[in-house]
Amino acid sequence: MIKALSLTFLLASTSLLAHANDGVLDVVAPFEIKGKDPVSSGSILMKMSVTQTLVDAKADGTLIPGLATQWQVSEDGLTWTFSLRSDVRFHDGSLMTGAAVVAALEWSRNNGGLLAKTPLESMVADGQQVVFKLTHPFTMLPAMLAEYRSAIIAPSSIQEGQVVDVVGTGPYRVKQFTPPNTLTVEAFDGYWGKPATIKQAAYHGISRAETRALMAESGDADITLSLDPASFTRLQSTAGLKVESTAIPRVLMLKVNGEVFDKATRHALSKAIDRVGIAKAVLRYDTAATQMFPKGMAEWHNAALEPFAYDPEAAKAELAKAGWVLNAQGVREKNGKAMEIEILTFPDRPELPLIAAVLEQQFAAVGALPTINNTSYTEIPAKHNNGTLSTALFARNFALVPNAVGTLLQDYAPSGEWGAMGWNNEAFTAKVKAMADGSAPEGAREELVAILHEELPVLPIAWYQLNMAVSDKVTGVVIDPFERTLGLSNVTWKE
Amino acid sequence: MQLIFKALLWRLAQAGVVAILVGVLSFSMMIALPGDMIYRIAGARFGYDNINSQNIELVRNQLGDPAGISAFVNWMGGLLEGNFGNSLVTGEPVLSEITHQLGATAELAGIAILLSLLIGPPLGVWAGLRPDSWIDRCTLLMAAVFKATPQFLLGLLLIVIVSIGLGLLPAAGYGEAKFFILPGLTLAIGLAANTTRITREAVVKARAANWWQFARWKGLSERQVFWRHGLRHVSVPVVTLIAAQFVALMEGVVVVETIFGWPGIGHALVHAVFHRDVPMVQGTALIMGLAFVLVNAAADVIARLLDPRAPNP
Repeated sequence: MIKALSLTFLLASTSLLAHANDGVLDVVAPFEIKGKDPVSSGSILMKMSVTQTLVDAKADGTLIPGLATQWQVSEDGLTWTFSLRSDVRFHDGSLMTGAAVVAALEWSRNNGGLLAKTPLESMVADGQQVVFKLTHPFTMLPAMLAEYRSAIIAPSSIQEGQVVDVVGTGPYRVKQFTPPNTLTVEAFDGYWGKPATIKQAAYHGISRAETRALMAESGDADITLSLDPASFTRLQSTAGLKVESTAIPRVLMLKVNGEVFDKATRHALSKAIDRVGIAKAVLRYDTAATQMFPKGMAEWHNAALEPFAYDPEAAKAELAKAGWVLNAQGVREKNGKAMEIEILTFPDRPELPLIAAVLEQQFAAVGALPTINNTSYTEIPAKHNNGTLSTALFARNFALVPNAVGTLLQDYAPSGEWGAMGWNNEAFTAKVKAMADGSAPEGAREELVAILHEELPVLPIAWYQLNMAVSDKVTGVVIDPFERTLGLSNVTWKE
Repeated sequence: MQLIFKALLWRLAQAGVVAILVGVLSFSMMIALPGDMIYRIAGARFGYDNINSQNIELVRNQLGDPAGISAFVNWMGGLLEGNFGNSLVTGEPVLSEITHQLGATAELAGIAILLSLLIGPPLGVWAGLRPDSWIDRCTLLMAAVFKATPQFLLGLLLIVIVSIGLGLLPAAGYGEAKFFILPGLTLAIGLAANTTRITREAVVKARAANWWQFARWKGLSERQVFWRHGLRHVSVPVVTLIAAQFVALMEGVVVVETIFGWPGIGHALVHAVFHRDVPMVQGTALIMGLAFVLVNAAADVIARLLDPRAPNP
C-alpha cells in the first residue's frame, strides 16, 4: 500500500512540471484583497483591469479621457460637465449610462472615496452626461476622478448598502473572487476598447516579501510588484527575469511634531541624517532626497534649490544654538527636558524599520535620545490626532491623484496625518487652496516648494523607486509611476 | 458502544463550554488590546495611503462601538441563531469567510497529517524493529534536527530547493493540487519527527512485551506478529499523538500559510487580530476551539475501537 501511495505521489509531482506555462498571467503583489468595494480594493481592481475611471492619466500625469470622452468647466468654475462614452458595457451586459455613473460615484463619495474631499454640491445625470455642481471652484476634480476609489461599477454591484459584486467596465472581468489572497479574471468579450490579448489572469496577494521574490525566481509569477531591497539586487542576476525600476512620486520622509521640534531644531536634525548612506545601504538605489519632490515630478522639482547636507558637526552646533545643550550624561536637553525622539514606523514596507534603525543611530550621534516604535501604521494618524506623536517615518505618495496639489492640500494646509504636525504656514495654506481652485498666480508652485524647503515641516529622506520583476515570458507590461495600471490587457506571451 | 456514546456526550458538553469560554475570552482580550479599534479597522479598509480622520469618523459612524458590551451581547444572541455576524473590515458575513478559510486550512492540515503518516510511522517501525542499529540512530538524529527546525526556515528551504532549484512545484499559491505539496510537506516533516519517535518507542516496547514473545513461541514469524498484533498496539499511541499534535499543527499553520500565501484560518486570525476585526476573531477562535474538541472526540473513538480494553475515557 505504501508503495502504491508513493508511486501516486511521484506521478502527481512529475505531472506538475508544466505548472508555469498554464496560459494564465500571474500577478503577485503585497496587497491583500479587502473586499469587493473599490473604495478598499480599488487599487487591485484597477491594476487587474477590472475597473476603470472616467479620467485616465499618462505616465507624465497628463489627464486623458477614460470612460469620459471629454469634460468642460463653466466660466465661473462651478459647473463641470463630463460626456461619457456611449458604447461602454458593464460586465453584466448593461450599458453604462449617466445614471449608473452617478450611482457609483455617490457610493464612493459616501463610503470614504476621494470625492468626499471635493466641494461637491450635487451630481446629476443627463443622458450620457454627468454634471457636477460645486460650491466653489476646484480645478482638481478631473484628477480626483482618476483615482481608484472613483472607479465606475454597475448599479447591480451595490445591493442593500453593500458592494456585493465587482461589476466593472474593464477589459477583464472577475472570474473568481477569493479574498484575501486570490482574484482570477478573464477577458471580457463585450469590452468597448481593444480586447485583452491574454485571456486569463490571476492576482495573488502575498504579504511576505521573501515569498514574492521566490515566486518571481521560480517562474510562478509573471509580474511581481514591490521587491524588498535585498531581493531586488539578487533577482537582477536571475535568468528569465527582468527587474525594472522607475522613479515614482513617493517620498520617504520623517514627520516631525513641530510643537516639540522648532524650525531650527528640524534643520539641525536634517543635517544629522546621512541620506546618501541610507539610500545606498538600505534602499540600494541612488535616490537620496535633496529636496522634497523627486526629479520625476518635473513641475515640482527645483534644481536650483540647495540640496540637503549631511553635516553632524553643524547639526550639533545648531542644536546647541537652538537651546538643546548637552547634560552630564551626554544627552541634549532643553529647559531640563531630555531630547527624546520616538521614531514611530511600521513594517508593511520592509525598508522602513531598517531606516528607522539608521536614524536612531544618527540622532544618537548628535546627542538626542532616540527610540524606535515599530507598530501598526494606524498609530501615526492616532498619535497625530491626540497630539502625542514625536516623529514618524513613512513613505507618502504625492500622486494619490495625478496632481500633487491634492496631497499637499490634505497634508500641509496647514497639517495632516501624513504630513505636517504642529505647523501652520498661512501663506502656504492660502497658496495651495488657490492652486486647487484655479486662482493661483503664476509662480505659486515654486513658492510652495520653497516654503517646504525652508520650513521643513517634514524631513524628506529618499525618493522611491517602484521596482518590479517581469518574467521574460511576457512583453508589454507598463510601469506606471502613478501605480494605477500594469497595462495588463496589452501584455502578450513572448514567442 | 455505549461507552463511546457516553464519551461523545461528554465531548459535546465540552464543546458547549468551549464555545462560551472562547467567546468571552476572545472578546475581552480584544478589548484589552491597547489603542483605538476604529483606527485599526479603518486602517485595514483604507490602507496607509488613505487613512485619515475623515475616513476614521466615517467608519466610527458606521460601526458604533465594536468594543461595547452591546456588541458582545448581540454577537452571543446571533450565535444562538447560527449567525456569526459580519466582518468589520470587509463587511462580508464571518461565517462565509471562515468556511472558505477553514476549508483551505483543513485541506492543508489533512495533507500534512497524511504526508506525516506516510513518513513517520513507517520509519518508526523500521527503526523500532532494529533498535540501536545505524537506521535507528539516523532516524533519531533526523527527528531531532527536523523537530528543531523552525517551520518558516523549512518552508523557505523547500521553496528554494524544490521550486527554484529543481523547478518542480510552484513556490506559493492556492487552488490546485500542485500548490498543496510544499506547504503540506513543511508541516508534515515536523509532525513526522514526532510520530517516528513515538512509533519507534511503541514498537520497541511491544517487542519486549510478553504477548510478542508468546506469539513468536507459538510459531508466528516476526513479520506475522507485527502485522497481526503489533500494528494495532503501536497505532494507539500514534492516534493519540496525532490528536495532541493538532495544537502544534494549528501553530504551524499560521506560519506556513503566511509563507505560502495560503488563504487559511491561521492567516485570517492573525490579520483579524491585527485589524481588530472582533467578530472575525471570535468566530475563528470559536471554530478552532470546536475543531479541537472534534479532533479529540474522534481520537477517543478511534483509540477505543483499536483497543477495546482501555478504561473509561
